[in-house]
Amino acid sequence: MTLADLNLVRPELILAIGALLMLLVGAFRGKGGPVFDGLSMLVLLIAGAAAVTGEHGRAFAGGVVVDNLSTFAKVAIYAASAIAIPLGGVWLRKRGDDKFEFPVLILLAALGMGMMASAGDLISLYVGIELHSLALYVLAAFRRDDAKSSEAGLKYFVLGALSSGLLLYGASLIYGFAGSTHFDVIAASIQGGQAHTGVLFGLVFLICGLAFKVSAAPFHMWTPDVYEGAPTPVVGFFAGAPKIAAMVLLARVLSEGFGAAIGQWQQVIVIVALLSVFVGAFAGLAQRNLKRLWAYSSIANIGYALLGLAAGGEAGVQAMLLFLVLYLVDVTGFFACLSALQRNGKPMETIQDMAGLFKSQPGIALAMTAFALSALGLPPFSGFFAKFFVFKAALDAGLVWPAVLGLLGSVVAAVYYLRLLKVMWFDSPTGEVEAPPVSAKTVAIVAALFSFPVALFALGWLEQMALAAAAAFG
Amino acid sequence: MPGILSLITYLPLAGVAAILALRFVGQPGEARDTAAKWIALATTLVTFALSLKLVLDFDPANAGFQFLEEIPWFAGLHYRMGVDGISVLFVLLTAFLLPLCVIASWKTIEKRVLEYMIAFLVLEALVIGVFCALDLILFYLFFEAGLVPMFLIIGIWGGKNRVYAAFKFFLYTLLGSVLMLAAILAMIGISGTSSIPELMTYKFDEGLQTWLWLAFFASFAVKMPMWPVHTWLPDAHVEAPTAGSVILAGILLKMGGYGFMRFSLPMFPNASELFTPLIFGMSVIAIIYTSLVAFRQTDIKKLIAYSSVAHMGFVTMGIFSGNVQGEQGAIFQMLSHGVISGALFLCVGVVYDRMHTREIAFYGGLVHRMPFYAAVFMLFTMGNVGLPGTSGFVGEILTMAGAYGASTWTALFAATGVILSAVYALSLYRRVIFGEMTNPALAQITDLNWREMVVFTPLILSTLYLGVQPDIVFNITGASVDALVGAWRAAIAG
Repeated sequence: MTLADLNLVRPELILAIGALLMLLVGAFRGKGGPVFDGLSMLVLLIAGAAAVTGEHGRAFAGGVVVDNLSTFAKVAIYAASAIAIPLGGVWLRKRGDDKFEFPVLILLAALGMGMMASAGDLISLYVGIELHSLALYVLAAFRRDDAKSSEAGLKYFVLGALSSGLLLYGASLIYGFAGSTHFDVIAASIQGGQAHTGVLFGLVFLICGLAFKVSAAPFHMWTPDVYEGAPTPVVGFFAGAPKIAAMVLLARVLSEGFGAAIGQWQQVIVIVALLSVFVGAFAGLAQRNLKRLWAYSSIANIGYALLGLAAGGEAGVQAMLLFLVLYLVDVTGFFACLSALQRNGKPMETIQDMAGLFKSQPGIALAMTAFALSALGLPPFSGFFAKFFVFKAALDAGLVWPAVLGLLGSVVAAVYYLRLLKVMWFDSPTGEVEAPPVSAKTVAIVAALFSFPVALFALGWLEQMALAAAAAFG
Repeated sequence: MPGILSLITYLPLAGVAAILALRFVGQPGEARDTAAKWIALATTLVTFALSLKLVLDFDPANAGFQFLEEIPWFAGLHYRMGVDGISVLFVLLTAFLLPLCVIASWKTIEKRVLEYMIAFLVLEALVIGVFCALDLILFYLFFEAGLVPMFLIIGIWGGKNRVYAAFKFFLYTLLGSVLMLAAILAMIGISGTSSIPELMTYKFDEGLQTWLWLAFFASFAVKMPMWPVHTWLPDAHVEAPTAGSVILAGILLKMGGYGFMRFSLPMFPNASELFTPLIFGMSVIAIIYTSLVAFRQTDIKKLIAYSSVAHMGFVTMGIFSGNVQGEQGAIFQMLSHGVISGALFLCVGVVYDRMHTREIAFYGGLVHRMPFYAAVFMLFTMGNVGLPGTSGFVGEILTMAGAYGASTWTALFAATGVILSAVYALSLYRRVIFGEMTNPALAQITDLNWREMVVFTPLILSTLYLGVQPDIVFNITGASVDALVGAWRAAIAG
């Protein structure tokens, strides 16, 4: 370890020290508050600035990689985490849950996710995953007096531990057969595009473990239950940033470590992607709870992101990154809306609760309409362009049938997005909706404006950033 | 740089912004609703004036695209706009019908007036965008985005079964469109360009053309709609408010025919030739079968909806006949049907507003109380039948002449459709207008008021004018149609 190594991991150091300092401050004060939230956001902001301005390279003998891809992912992750802090803070304080641990846990999760994005070998991969997962388990169970929240946390923990076990088993197989934990050495061990069967076995387990983390079918079972039970702003956080971290990690493992064996893993990813799309589309039809519905929607959307990844190469990774970033905005905005809505002190969580929302809360209803249509992939909303990049990459890579099937899956999913629209726009209101908190409403409206029309103009720039980030995998 | 086409396309959105501003400053109530109506009317009228100027400035001798605009976008896409002889008149048709829709809705829409006007203005912008877009993705963007305002128009202001109809409309169209999206992405990937003018001269491999053609066909056949995927249309029409039906029949259906002429024919000429028998078969079935179905309807609006499907059969037949008469006839038939079917739906709206039922059996003997209405309805019924002197005649005779050049049998069978359309249209007219007025509920029904007269006058004039002076259309479309047919002939010969 040298000073040069530490220089490269400046964002992580800032976050780690910041989180510990905040923990100390919180422990002495005994409670959080808006100022505490603001300071935590500041830590994320500084870390983000450090990530953008920092140098590129490999630290700790290749265990940590800092490149355009990790920077791109970190900026998105830190931004999503920073938004989650005030949303969650306001929501929790409204329910009398003013705990200082909330921002600290978000900081720790962000630290873990940043490490995942920078992982250069199997060890830092695992450390990153565990660090962010542990923080997320606690966040899911944050309302410990609420049975559903505790249940969500426990379920998440048990299934998460199982997936970590699978992942570790896969990593040990890869290490055993390839002789190293470093992605570049693993890549060198795959000669002529034909990996050793043992390595492939390990890779499949590794993919299974990561599929758990991104909630891709058939490893998606935990998602609806956890989404339903966890506090709403926390779900918004779950559905965005950790998915980006895990997908970037998956992209790095597959492209950097196993790029030569694309013929072997491509079919696995395609099948997982299509399964996710169809499970998300069909199972979503039966949902009445919006959080569960959005869980299935996120399963379907991860399927699309995986389809981009399956395309492989620079275009595939670029498509995946753009898809994830655009989806991140939608999902953050959607859960901001959902967390803002209350009727008679009770959260509005079922589709039917949204009846006539357009009359009572036109701003929120318009924003939710934009997010639903964007998630459906209807132009001119940003979700359409996200799908555009993914399907274009898939078609260009020759994955014609997966692309066509994926598009057909989006028609099935359209039914439940339309049902939400129908309830909000066509039905009559069933009661007064409480005035939403300013922070959530602001986030919702800004995200909706990004979805349309800002994305139409910002895409030129975003596309270049994603291209630069993906360039390493050309 | 942005020019007149962008101006026409986005001008309705300025009206939307004004109405939104009204929502924030104005007090809810009748005054605010009236202001919104005036804003919508003024916006649509200015748009119409601009599109009239567009047509007057249009150079008919030039077969290529005019008023081009091009701005680089992202990922190699461009914001490209332009019109040629095929598309320019559809812009005019859209801008022509919208003010009439606004006036027709003046008194009949009572709830959520602001949102209603916004939905129509947004729809206008998107439909005009469809006809002006010269980039595949831009075209798809306008094409698909139009589903949302129409979904809301049917779902919020529609009849009893509106939710079912709105979902059916949306999902049918979306299913067709995603296949088209797959084809669009494949085309961009293979040719490396998304520019429609460039793709019109690009030669795709023949085997691939078949698949691409089928994907586009899935979208346009649903939109058109062709038999057997037409079943969403009667539902959508019956449930939609009157102005919604006018837009649907008058403009949205034309996007399918326009798509065939803009994409299928020039970009996949060999596949188009290959599938011509299929199209002819489906067109003939549409003409004969849906005419018979129309005859059996008990709901006036449903009858007219089925008659729309039959008339679109003439259009598809004309487009794929691959000669100048056929293409000219198809364009003319689309424009004429846009005016006549819009007018017929407005006629239904007149009695529906008074009696709140569309059952044919409820009416009868309206001529005794509503002479003006009877005369107007008569004119458009005759236009629908294709009586010489009305615009309906020109389109039908030309598409049949075109089809005769390609396939005698097709023309022969299609010709029976003219008789069948007379059967259902005249029997509808007889049952609603003539006979004794036996239903006491009708005793106090009033004739057209001046607002309805204002709506019908331009429609009557254009139906008659186009009927006796069709050259005004052919002069504009001529050069582009000649180029289209010439390129198609050359492509299938070589």
